[in-house]
Amino acid sequence: MNDFLRTILFLPPQASTIAWQIDTLHYFVILTTMGGATFITIVGGIFLIKYRRPGKNAEPTRQDPAVKTPVWLEASVVTFLLTLFCVWWGVGFSQYMKIRIAPKNTYDIYVTAKQWMWKFSYPDGSHTITKLYVPARKPVKLIMTARDVIHSFYVPDFRLKQDVVPGRYTTLWFEVKEPGTHQILCAEYCGTGHSQMRGEVIALEPEDFARWLAGGQPNAHLAGPRPQDPSNVDAFAPDQTLSMVRVGEEAAATDGCLRCHTLDGSPHIGPTWAGLYGQKVTLKDGSTVIADDAYLTESMMDPLVKIVRGFEPVMPSYHGILRPGETAAILELIKSIRDVPIGQAPGPLHRQPYPPVGAPPAAEKGLPPPGIEVMPPVQGTIEVKP
Amino acid sequence: MTPPAVQPQQHPEVPDYLHADRGIWSWLNTRDHKRIALMFYVGVLFFLGLGGLFALALRTELLTPDRTIMDAMTYNRMFTLHGVTMVWLFLIPSIPTVFGNFILPMQLGAKDLAFPKLNLASFYVYVVGAIVMLGGMIAGGTDTGWTFYAPYSSQTPTRVVPVVIGVFILGISTIFTAINFIVTTHTLRAKGMTWGKLPLFVWAIYGVSIIMLLATPVLGLTLLLIGLDHGLRLGLFNPAVGGDPVLFQHLFWFYSHPAVYIMILPAMGVISEVVPTFSQRRPSSYWAIAISTIGIAFVGFFTWGHHMFVAGISELDAGIFGLLSMFVAIFSAIKVFTWVATLYKGSIHFNTPMLYFFVFLFLFTFGGMTGVAVATQSLDVHWTDTYFVVAHFHFIMVGGSLAAFLAAAHYWFPKMFGRLYSERVGLLSATGVFLGFNLTFVPQFLLGNMGMPRRYYSYPPRFQWLNDLSTGGAYLLAAAILVTVLNLLIALKWGKKAGPNPWRSRSFEWLTDSPPPKHNFEEPPHLGYSPYDYTISEEEARARAQAR
Ligand code: HEC
Ligand SMILES: [Cu+2]
Ligand SMILES: [Cu+2]
Repeated sequence: MNDFLRTILFLPPQASTIAWQIDTLHYFVILTTMGGATFITIVGGIFLIKYRRPGKNAEPTRQDPAVKTPVWLEASVVTFLLTLFCVWWGVGFSQYMKIRIAPKNTYDIYVTAKQWMWKFSYPDGSHTITKLYVPARKPVKLIMTARDVIHSFYVPDFRLKQDVVPGRYTTLWFEVKEPGTHQILCAEYCGTGHSQMRGEVIALEPEDFARWLAGGQPNAHLAGPRPQDPSNVDAFAPDQTLSMVRVGEEAAATDGCLRCHTLDGSPHIGPTWAGLYGQKVTLKDGSTVIADDAYLTESMMDPLVKIVRGFEPVMPSYHGILRPGETAAILELIKSIRDVPIGQAPGPLHRQPYPPVGAPPAAEKGLPPPGIEVMPPVQGTIEVKP
Repeated sequence: MTPPAVQPQQHPEVPDYLHADRGIWSWLNTRDHKRIALMFYVGVLFFLGLGGLFALALRTELLTPDRTIMDAMTYNRMFTLHGVTMVWLFLIPSIPTVFGNFILPMQLGAKDLAFPKLNLASFYVYVVGAIVMLGGMIAGGTDTGWTFYAPYSSQTPTRVVPVVIGVFILGISTIFTAINFIVTTHTLRAKGMTWGKLPLFVWAIYGVSIIMLLATPVLGLTLLLIGLDHGLRLGLFNPAVGGDPVLFQHLFWFYSHPAVYIMILPAMGVISEVVPTFSQRRPSSYWAIAISTIGIAFVGFFTWGHHMFVAGISELDAGIFGLLSMFVAIFSAIKVFTWVATLYKGSIHFNTPMLYFFVFLFLFTFGGMTGVAVATQSLDVHWTDTYFVVAHFHFIMVGGSLAAFLAAAHYWFPKMFGRLYSERVGLLSATGVFLGFNLTFVPQFLLGNMGMPRRYYSYPPRFQWLNDLSTGGAYLLAAAILVTVLNLLIALKWGKKAGPNPWRSRSFEWLTDSPPPKHNFEEPPHLGYSPYDYTISEEEARARAQAR
């Protein structure tokens, strides 16, 4: 019965422990709604047909019957409806309290939302983008805030949603029933990339999750709170020697540059970085500049000063957000792809920035995914020059 | 049984209001509420068309999961413009400024509104607001959505300022109109008309005027603050400098929830006139309708929090707002039952306005019941900000308000222009509206259940086929509305002459000629009887109205 109703109402699977309770109320409410509306319409329709004037004759054929609806009928209909609605409210409110009040023993994960990506920080200091790993059958609490504008963390399979507000922390708790993958969508409009701000919750068996936490070397570069002092160069200490280009690539992914810029020459919300370095760039006012290190750095720190022709001034300033090491690494990255031709690739947002959410990744289930495999896939291939 | 009523004669010696004065200036500078109503009519229909074009562009874009005809930024601007145009340039002014303006003074037995110059000013302020907003749209538009949520609205690089200033100016126009209706209802009622005999449409317009008067200033100020936040980086709603984005939502919905009733109460008023006229009997309970009108206007002010169940308000707030929302539903339900009961044992003339009533009945009841459903908190957590909510409020606003607007457009067409439209085409296009509407919005309910958030430019492919159905429906709906408008335009010139009272209504606006003379009534009427009294014949009613 549950599955039948869920299917005809197009509801997604019930992956969280609260989902079936909400759905049960859902069935009751929606069926009453449809029943009530249909009933009223049918009664109205019958009256319309039954008491119709015959033919095209516009002359009224019946006298005003002057019947008043009896007061007892009105009163009982109103009482019935009021009771019904109050029952909905009562059940709905008690479920809402369950959604809002987390149990004591939750596993807490910190969520930072920004245009247009999700960042998840785990208690041990490790950190993922886009993919939220959680243990199945354990209550998990998300403690969420946003960096720029309001976003909303929404997992349809859980029937749960919570706005993520800048300048405040909001929380959301859930318990996933079985290991599996569930899509995260951003449900509060947050700008150009709103509909692309997707991700997934990957629920692992508790043992797998523990192994994933332990096994995936938490990447020091990504871990922990980000020092706000831009001169804090020492904080930038990758645990393994990576090429500057690779670090730049990672920084570009983590800081959301790749939401707007591409590396393969296709146009997007911002200009592509392919073949950019050393080229002449035409600005909005018609003047040109050479894309050297100074210009590129300025474009990151103060993007509104020089706007590239044909683009909107939507790029946020990264002053104080990108650390010097990262800025340099991104410059290296841009240099490394100076020879990639600017392709006439398909238009913006043609590609899904994330792999499609489908069957739970069987491979990932058994062997713990490496902790660094957390970047949204970079578009196109990058020629990495050592 | 009363003898069949004889059609009263028009008075050819008194020119009607359309011909009383000539020349374009006599229109632009008119004080006649009927002419001002017609100018508003042209305005709101223009913006209905514009908003409709935006909607079609949106639906076309959503045919495929990724890019179809426009990029993300354009799409975002488009849905903002659709919302802003439909809400502030069409829905809010539509029934009050057109039919309220035209009909209300006549139903009160008055020569005009209390402040004719203010009425004209209201029209020009509307035009100025519309021009400012159009200017903003042409200069690039804005991409905040009609809700202007902070802090996005203070950070977006698009043109927020002209659009919010446009809305601010439109608010002033709304307030002018509201003041005029309230004062007119208090002071210009015909001799003998007590509050207990006020026509139900007047009750609705009176109730809506009160909401407009109380709520619009809050919206105006809030949007002005958004403008300052955006233009001067004031940061009132921006947490980066200590502002509070959730405060914006409270202020915004304090207006915009009652705004829903600004859009639906006049629609209910229209229905309350159409049903008794075409059933030829009094409403089964006059007071149930009148009191629930005022009840909605009052309780509607205390439910705004139901838009914010997941925005981070306290559980207690959420609980109270949820409970109060249930009461609004009760008032609406009372009205629905009263209309249906009015059909009982009536003598029903089933024509286009009645078909629109039938359309309204289903769409409004279903839309309203889903409103109660989304006010149920735990369900709203899944539904809020998804297509379920989009479908819900389109059922109320398009299904309810637009259907009633079209009902009014047909019902009062003979009154306004003295001619009859083609009933056959009217019935056909009303059927088209109903089918197109359901095809557009029923799939959106299902999309919401599946979890598709609103304002999505690109979407996961599993949502595609329902989106395509919805797009098909939108085209059908647009075509049906186009046919409706054409039918009325044709009737304007070639329609049969209607005579003063083609529907044999007892409502007071039909006592005078159709179209009415410039000053509505030759002599001030005496309206000491019920406008829904079908136990007396038409002549008797006329005789009573002329009794000194
Ligand atoms: C919101 C989308 C967005 C994000 C995120 C973004 N940019 Fe941009 N970026 C743009 C746009 C649009 C332009 C072109 C307009 C301008 O010059 O400001 C641009 C321009 C640039 C330019 C100049 C490019 C040229 O062709 O002259 C550089 C360099 C740049 N961005 C670097 C970055 C870096 C580094 C990041 C991440 C730390 C980043 N951007 C993040 C949208 C974005
Ligand atoms: Cu978003
Ligand atoms: Cu509301």
